[in-house]
Formats: sequence, C-alpha cells, structure tokens
Amino acid sequence: MPSTRTSAQETAIAAVDLRKTYPGGRGRPPVPALDGLSFAVPAGTVFALLGPNGAGKSTTARILTTLSRADAGTAHVAGIDVARDPERVRRTIGYVAQKPVTDPLDTGRENLVLAGRLQGLGARTARTRAAELLDRFALADAADRLVRTYSGGMARKLDVAMGIVHSPRVLFLDEPTTGLDPEARAGMWAEIERMTAVESMTVLLTTHYLDEADRLAANVAIVDRGRVVVAGTPDALKDELRGDGIVVELAAPAAAPAAGSAGPPGELVPDAGPALADRVTDAVRACSGVREVHLRGRTLRARAESGAAALPAVLAALDAAGVPVASATLARPSLDDVYLRRTGRTFAAAQSDAPGSSAGDDTEATAAGVAA
Amino acid sequence: MTAVVHTGLLTARALRQGARIPVFLVMNLVQPMIWLLLFGQLFRSVVEIPGFSAAGSYLEFITPGVVMMTAMFGAAWAGTAFVQDMDRGVMDRFLTSPTSRGALVASTMVYQAVVAVGQALVVLAVAWLCGARFGSTPAETALGVLALLLAVVLLTALFSALSNATALLTGQQEALIGISQLVTLPLMFLSSAVMDTRLSADWVADVARYNPFDWAVVAGREALAASPDWGVVWGRLGLLALAALVVGRLATLAFRTRQRSA
Repeated sequence: MPSTRTSAQETAIAAVDLRKTYPGGRGRPPVPALDGLSFAVPAGTVFALLGPNGAGKSTTARILTTLSRADAGTAHVAGIDVARDPERVRRTIGYVAQKPVTDPLDTGRENLVLAGRLQGLGARTARTRAAELLDRFALADAADRLVRTYSGGMARKLDVAMGIVHSPRVLFLDEPTTGLDPEARAGMWAEIERMTAVESMTVLLTTHYLDEADRLAANVAIVDRGRVVVAGTPDALKDELRGDGIVVELAAPAAAPAAGSAGPPGELVPDAGPALADRVTDAVRACSGVREVHLRGRTLRARAESGAAALPAVLAALDAAGVPVASATLARPSLDDVYLRRTGRTFAAAQSDAPGSSAGDDTEATAAGVAA
Repeated sequence: MTAVVHTGLLTARALRQGARIPVFLVMNLVQPMIWLLLFGQLFRSVVEIPGFSAAGSYLEFITPGVVMMTAMFGAAWAGTAFVQDMDRGVMDRFLTSPTSRGALVASTMVYQAVVAVGQALVVLAVAWLCGARFGSTPAETALGVLALLLAVVLLTALFSALSNATALLTGQQEALIGISQLVTLPLMFLSSAVMDTRLSADWVADVARYNPFDWAVVAGREALAASPDWGVVWGRLGLLALAALVVGRLATLAFRTRQRSA
C-alpha cells in the first residue's frame, strides 16, 4: 500500500500515463488534452507543471483534485487513488482554482471561516485559523470588508489562504499569479515561499511563467501538448544546456554604426568592414572554454562552461584586440532556453499559438467550456 | 450529521448574502402583492360564472394560487446561485473539499423555502386586509395556514432541485430562463391557481391532476377552506414530498454526471 510507506522520500503525488480527450461535439473532432502524462512529486516539496496555455496543466490539476476523471492512467495523491477513493482525497487536499474561489458577497473572514467549517474545523478553531491567516497574508485590515471590494492581488492572496485553511497535506495552486500585476506577483511569490516554509506541505503549482517555476519550485516538469517533455530541478534542466551565457556590450569606437551606412546592417564598425568584427570574434573564440560566439551589432554573445572563469579572459582578449567594453554580464540559462530546446519552439510562440483554433492548443479553453 | 451541519452553514451563507442586497428583499415582497392585487382585480367576477365551485370571494380563491405561484417562480431561479458559484471557482472549491453534495442542494432548498414562507405570510396578510377570510375557527385557520406553508416548502424543494439539476448539467443561466419560461408558466396555467379547472377544457383538468404545481394549489386551498377535506390535503402533500425527494436525489446525482464530463 503506498499510503503506509514511511520512507523519507515519500511520493505525495504520482501521476502515471494520464490520458484524457474531450469530446469535440457538433462535428468537431475530439480534443486531446492529456497524452500519457506522468510525473511524481516528493512529499514536502513544491513541484511546478510549466507549460503554455492548453498544454494540459489544468486538466491534470482537475483530475488530481477529483473534479474530473482521466480516460486512462492512474493517479495517487498522498497514496490515495483519486479515481477509486475521491472522498478520501478531498479530505487531504487544498485546491486553489484558476478562477477566484471566494465569494464576493461575503467578507474575507466569512469566506475563510465557512471554508474551514466545511473542511471539518469546529466553529472556534475555524475563527482562530481565519484570523491567523488574515494576519499572515496581510489582509487583517480588510478582513471584514466584502471581497468584491478587494484589489486583484488581495483577492488572490485570500484565494490561497482559502486553500490552506485546513492545513492540507497537498495543495494545488492552479496559476496563482495569472492576471496579477508584477508587484502583486512578487508579493504572491513571497507569500507562497513563506507559506511552504511554515506549513510542511506538498505543493503542485501550475504556471505558464518560467520565472515563477524557477523561483518557487524544487522540481519542474515542462508540459507540452499533454505530455511531460522533461522534468528535473530548474538548475539541472538549465545545466543540461551546459554553461552560462556571456553578454558583452562593446563601447562605440570612433565611428558608431549609423543607418544607411555602407556596411551591412548590424556591423560593429561599418567603415572598418568585416575585418574588425572577425578580429573580435576570433579573439574571443581563442579563449579557452568559450563556445558559440556571436556578434550582432555591438552585442557579443557567447557560452562558456563556467562563465565566471571565462569572463576575465574574454575581457583581456577584447582589450588586446583594441575594442573597448561598455558592460559585461553573465546569465544563467533560463527555462525559456530549456523549453526552446525541448519543444523546438519558444515559450512565447507556444503561448501566442494557444488561443488559436488548432486542436492541440485550445484544449484548456474547451475543457473550461465543458466544465462550465 | 455532516450533511446537516453543512446545510446549516450554506443556508446561513445564502441568507447572509440575500440580506446584503436589500433590493432583492423588497422585490421579493412586493412581487407577490402585485400578483394578488392584479389577478384579484382582473378576474374578480369569474366567481359569478355558473359552475364555479368556490364558495367565497375570488380573492379567497386565488390567495393560495398566488402563494404557490410566487413559491414556484422563485424556486425556479434557485439554480442561479449554482451558476454564479460555477462561474467563479467557488463550486470547484466545494467539490474538491469534503463539502456534502446533498447539503449543497439542500441549502438552496432551505433558503428558497425561507424566502417563500415569508412571501406566503405577506400574501396572506394582504389578502386578509382586503377582506379575505380563511377557516372557520382560529384554531382551524392556524392549522390551515401551517398546512399551506408545508405545501409551499415542498413545492419550493421540488422546483429548487429541478433548477439546481439544470444548473449543474448545463452551467448556463440561459437554461434556467428556459425552465422558468417553458416549464413554470404553462404549469401555472394548467392548474387551478387562477381558474377553476372545472370550467376549463376537460384535458386541462386532466393535465392538472398530474401537475405538481396544482397539487400544491389544491392542498393549500383545501387547507384554508371553511371545512377542509384533510384527506385531499395530505394526499397532495404526500405526492409533493415524493416528487421533491426524487428530483432532489437526481440533482445530487447531477454532481457525478458533471464530474464525468468535466
């Protein structure tokens, strides 16, 4: 029995080969949402399902939280089979849907107390817990105001508080920061980090923000078209791109490139012809451990096994070539790079494809339509 | 036990929110008075048609009819609360928690019943002020009113459940509009609410005999009569209770259908 295991690395969520197809209806073809999706989340960690809209993240969350059923495959949450024993799963989890989960005509406190009572807390415990969460999420001042008067960021924080009012063992956060402005997002990240430190729980986070997964999750599974493309720690995923990015902005020498100049556009110094550019790239390429050197305009990009070790050599080589440097930065590879390498398209492109009408991409829109 | 506690909690939520929109409250009380006075004036002289069975005034005849109309029309909208919860993530939150499904349905029934009982009392009071008299002794009047209110509660439960099931299966406000237009209005006119069915075409009287709305009207009217036939009253109440139970169960099962299609 999975539920009786007590090893340190217990699996809190296990999804194996989940498949789900939504009926198309009215002559439209069926819409595949999940196509053999599998992953496992170690207990007590934050795990991110990262992917563009329509990748199948929300469908997965809906199956794991018993809102929906998979056509095939198995899923266990806290060792409980979600298809066989949904009622026990519901006593174990908290779920914060993509849409607001609070009642706009109740106050923040009333929302939390009702959620706590429905989860089985006694009247007094529910009130104490509500006050504690309102404090922790900095909502105490607004506690007795109707939720419809809350700002987007406040309402979303209350949503998350609703999900943990009963201290669930496993929390599902479905796109917790979608639609928030950058400041509210940063605030929400801080709350989620603090929350996962205070309450020892497993969190499954779905997001289409790369930086969100990077910042919050110990493990990430990149999902595309209903499958996990690759999974691992954010660092491990980025490490497989091998090395850091080096970006050097060259200072303008005597003649700055100007529009309509003789040389091809984007060249370092038009009057000098390709010779100077070649000299620069050759000089940098000669540095040990430096690969993939590209010069575009005055921006020089390269990759190195260890950026910190290679950068001084690169700067010295540029100095020797007589090219002044305006700035130099090191960049760790981003999950965006990982996504591009694994799926063959950039994240931004996948995201903007999503609202289109091609079958694989509007899966979640259809899912929402069916569920509504 | 859990289901009872949950029903209480969710009913309290509905009442709290209803009270936060005072316009609703006022409209809920004004509307039945309009029905009563409008129909009372419009059809005042139908009691003079030969063959009209009612002994008293037309106002006395339609008072139970208007009480049941108000209850049915209100309950047909009960599913609106579910649609709103589904439009937000509130319903998903309930469904991923141990919240009792039965309590979700029952709480809307109880809420609608509380509103409908309040409306019924207002209608009775206005009718009394306009000269309508029910029962022959105070004790009989009280008993009659209680039986009428029981009919109101059962009718409300039946139509709330129907409305909830529709809301759960379609998730659309439009479908609820369909219910109230296509189902409740014909049910109202295919009954003895405003007209003695003995004066209608035979088929109308036949249909009315199977119309749950007419069961409530007949039970309520008989209970308020000068010398009620309690067999008729309890018979109709029993039929209503049975129908409410069956449709209530179907509404609860609609949650499962919803999960399968979600």
